[in-house]
Amino acid sequence: MELIDLYLALFLSFLKIGLFGFGGGYAMLPLIQREVVDLHGWISVSDFTDIVAISQTTPGPIAFNSATYIGYTAVTNMGYAQGYGIVGSAVCTLAVSIPSLILMTIVTVSFFRLKNNPWMQASLSVLKPAIIGLIASAALLLMNDYNFVDYKSWIIFGAVLVASLKKVDPILLIVLSGVAGFFLYPA
Amino acid sequence: MGRIKQYWEIFLVFFKIGAFTFGGGYAMIPLIRNEVVGKKNWLEDDEFMDMLALAQSMPGPISLNTAIFVGRKRLGFRGSLATSAGIILPSFIVILIIAMVFTQFKDNPVVERVFKGIRPAVVALIAAPLLGLGKSAGVKLTNLWIPVVVALSVWLLKVSPVYIILAAILLGILHYIYLKRITKKKHGTD
Repeated sequence: MELIDLYLALFLSFLKIGLFGFGGGYAMLPLIQREVVDLHGWISVSDFTDIVAISQTTPGPIAFNSATYIGYTAVTNMGYAQGYGIVGSAVCTLAVSIPSLILMTIVTVSFFRLKNNPWMQASLSVLKPAIIGLIASAALLLMNDYNFVDYKSWIIFGAVLVASLKKVDPILLIVLSGVAGFFLYPA
Repeated sequence: MGRIKQYWEIFLVFFKIGAFTFGGGYAMIPLIRNEVVGKKNWLEDDEFMDMLALAQSMPGPISLNTAIFVGRKRLGFRGSLATSAGIILPSFIVILIIAMVFTQFKDNPVVERVFKGIRPAVVALIAAPLLGLGKSAGVKLTNLWIPVVVALSVWLLKVSPVYIILAAILLGILHYIYLKRITKKKHGTD
């Protein structure tokens, strides 16, 4: 694939992710996964899970983190030099931000008219519960044979789920699961 | 204060927010509020809450939407560019470094073992807040079918989230029109 075509494909994909990424964060995951794993195959589903893990332990929203990471990886995976990968990162990050920049600018200008607009409320009435469904599907889509290799995976899943419900810090949980993985899966 | 200095100031505030909010989304809201409402007095508190509702109902990351709003309010469109750059740059730099390093160690057996443990944990961390989020999104027994249908169709039927979003907006509007008609009819027969 020509480099310029790759940049264009990345740009369009992340533009789409920015435009339809309602609900932020986890709600955007199924859309990102569909674009970069299923449709374009830029990264594998385990790579995608690793990006989510990295996102959960580093600052910033998942949408930016995955844009930066995937932009770099997709380009370097095609055999291009690191410098081109950095450009790929910038292209994706810019693309994912453009819809917000345009829509928020319009909305900010007309803020006081939109705020109590019944049509706006109407559009959100089904969208809000739908976003919960999208987050649930994000979890379901990642419950696959790549991420859950055996019964130990399910034990880790159960333990982290309970601990997270008890408000244990997610970064600590990721670190502990990493340590558990190291000891549970001997070389 | 000079104009350049003002841009620099809003850039720095959001750079700081971008650099210190882990996990993104809801974790950074108290931090932004503290900076923008508490320290800088750029927005009133009720204005902040209204802005938050708006940022959440627009596509894109909530932190970016918030940054754009505050930047725009304070220094116009260029201000929103400054705040956007501020919120984006920290994670851009950090993730780029991680991507450059991680891609070289990815096939290392130790890294693979560690990530075998981390992957199921990631899924648990996504699933855990669902109940709380569902409540705040107004999911009740009567509309529980919406998230269930959405989750199943994206997961099993591989329906694109784009269509889900468009269908949800359309359904909400149609429902509103339907309700309006009913109340009109009632008033008509009265």
